[in-house]
Amino acid sequence: MSIVVCVEQRDQNLRKITFEALSEGKRLAVASGKTLKALLIGSGVAHLADELKKYGVDEIAVVDNEALAVYTVESYAAVLAAYIVHETPALVLLGHSAIGKELAPRAAAKADCGLVSDCIEVSSADGDYLFKHPIYAGKAIGSFKVAGPTRMATLRPNVFPIEESEGAAGAVVDFAPEIPAAKVTVTGSEMSSGDRPELTEADIICSGGRGLGGSEGFKLIEDLADALGAAVGSSRAAVDAGWREHAAQVGQTGKVVSPNLYVAAGISGAIQHLAGMGSSKFIVGINKDEEANIFNVADYGIEGDLNKVIPALIEKLKEVQ
Amino acid sequence: MKIVACIKQTFDTEAKIVVGGDGQISDEGVNMIVNPYDEYAVEEAIRTKEKDGGEVVVVTVGGDKAQEALRYCLAMGADRAFLINDPALVGADSRAVSVALAKLLSDKEAGFDVIFTGKEAVDDGAAQVPSQLAARLDLAQANVVTDCEISDGKATATREIDGGSETLELTLPALISAQKGLNEVRYPSLPGIMKAKRKPLEVLSLADLGLSADDVASKVELVVAELPPARKAGQRLTGEVDEVVAKLVQLLQEEAKVI
Ligand SMILES: Cc1cc2nc3c(=O)[nH]c(=O)nc-3n(C[C@H](O)[C@H](O)[C@H](O)COP(=O)(O)OP(=O)(O)OC[C@H]3O[C@@H](n4cnc5c(N)ncnc54)[C@H](O)[C@@H]3O)c2cc1C
Ligand SMILES: Cc1cc2nc3c(=O)[nH]c(=O)nc-3n(C[C@H](O)[C@H](O)[C@H](O)COP(=O)(O)OP(=O)(O)OC[C@H]3O[C@@H](n4cnc5c(N)ncnc54)[C@H](O)[C@@H]3O)c2cc1C
Repeated sequence: MSIVVCVEQRDQNLRKITFEALSEGKRLAVASGKTLKALLIGSGVAHLADELKKYGVDEIAVVDNEALAVYTVESYAAVLAAYIVHETPALVLLGHSAIGKELAPRAAAKADCGLVSDCIEVSSADGDYLFKHPIYAGKAIGSFKVAGPTRMATLRPNVFPIEESEGAAGAVVDFAPEIPAAKVTVTGSEMSSGDRPELTEADIICSGGRGLGGSEGFKLIEDLADALGAAVGSSRAAVDAGWREHAAQVGQTGKVVSPNLYVAAGISGAIQHLAGMGSSKFIVGINKDEEANIFNVADYGIEGDLNKVIPALIEKLKEVQ
Repeated sequence: MKIVACIKQTFDTEAKIVVGGDGQISDEGVNMIVNPYDEYAVEEAIRTKEKDGGEVVVVTVGGDKAQEALRYCLAMGADRAFLINDPALVGADSRAVSVALAKLLSDKEAGFDVIFTGKEAVDDGAAQVPSQLAARLDLAQANVVTDCEISDGKATATREIDGGSETLELTLPALISAQKGLNEVRYPSLPGIMKAKRKPLEVLSLADLGLSADDVASKVELVVAELPPARKAGQRLTGEVDEVVAKLVQLLQEEAKVI
């Protein structure tokens, strides 16, 4: 039996979460005596198989079809479901990205599998798997079991370490299922400009809140983010005030992130905000109120005026880099 | 137009989570709300009706208490409501919920033009039901939608994707899952609340839907819930600004090793 990772590529670039999922897939395959397979879907993507081989993949199934040039959840889910029915893997892993979040449940319904979303840990024991998934916005952690034969899970980005591994065959095979006629057309897309990393994939995030005092205040956060190579996040208060787009909101009703470093400036640390960033490895809080709740979770707390602290911090970072 | 909104009753986002002796989450004394994203779904359904005419039907799978959530949506302006409530659905997973919803919407309440849902439930954040429901009904779908326009048998939807946005054109009937920003949600008016008391709210069992307990057997089981290890407050860096930032940079380099 196999463990299958459904590869995510956009414009023929493999997403980081795919390497995370392959690495975790390999660990689980070794622990539970399974082979590791990758499913690569798209048009003109066959050449990406080489890069996948680095992660100890035994077999790469390539579905290369012009009808799949533009991602739609309908067509990709039809392919994934057909592959699951064909392969009956023990486990199917995807990233909990914008795509994985919708592709996994649509395919799960079509292939009639159980799915646990947004996992932060997967373990194997006695031929079964246990999935840990934060619930109630991280206020609790649930351990889930899924009835077989095929279990599905999406993995939270930035949680599973990337590890290359050697010695697997990496055989490439074609898979050509039927692709349904499209009921959806993508008529346009707009990627946000700039070369800052995507929020959920970023190693470092700098977030600002109401304490920034206005959209101009965010310039400070952007400068700090650029000094650190970080993504820019926001509290809801700053989004509601119109200083930042909702796509930047971190929290229970925004994005859930787990970077190595999260800098919260002018953010009080409301429970709904903590829900989105509480699993960050290191948290820095910058706040002028010594009793701000952010200090209860920050590894490093700086009590002070962000208008003074951030420029000084940027200067210091430039010095040491 | 027949417009459907699927809603879930969830814990208030301020709620403190308590794990009972059985390892399951206790809902005792917890204030329940309509899942915040579902309010956008209901609002969009009502706006679509106000523009194009027709009716808004709200549907939920839940326990007795979920009637309050449905009444709230009726007070906002929905016309009719269904509660699917059955002992066999206690602890139901997303599969079970979507099977029950799909049966209602393909049978007794067939003939809808569009289904609105929330993009995810804030309790478990699984974001599974919309895609599972769309798959079971073989519908076109657009998820995490921030702008939606319905006309001429089509929906045009703008949605968030990683790092940007995308515009989709969908042939109706279709399913749209709502993200914050789709609209401004109205509060029920006093006359709305009065009227809601007389609007039809039908409770259906699995048998009423023509489903058996086997049809909605869950595949996902919550074995145990635990409270996460509490995050401890770390160190407070004090002193002059220059000293403090120097100390921070040093800690980030040497202790956290993140820069
Ligand atoms: C259903 C629901 C969902 C929600 N979802 C989210 C969510 O997803 N994400 C989210 O963030 N919130 C969410 N909230 C809102 C949340 O409750 C808080 O209101 C919000 O997080 C507050 O944002 P803030 O910390 O920026 O603002 P505030 O709480 O006003 O904090 C501003 C902070 O800035 C500090 N400050 C001011 N000036 C300075 C200065 N010059 N230097 C340093 N510090 C300064 C202040 O001391 C204060 O601590 C939600 C609320 C509800 C009810
Ligand atoms: C703590 C906890 C953890 C859980 N984890 C899982 C899990 O990992 N996998 C799993 O399969 N099940 C799980 N369940 C069961 C799951 O909550 C229910 O099946 C639920 O109805 C579907 O929730 P969801 O999070 O998938 O909803 P989501 O798919 O996140 O909700 C998105 C939208 O779907 C609609 N919707 C969701 N539920 C309903 C409903 N009951 N009635 C009408 N419309 C609805 C709403 O419009 C909602 O905004 C869990 C339940 C709990 C309480």
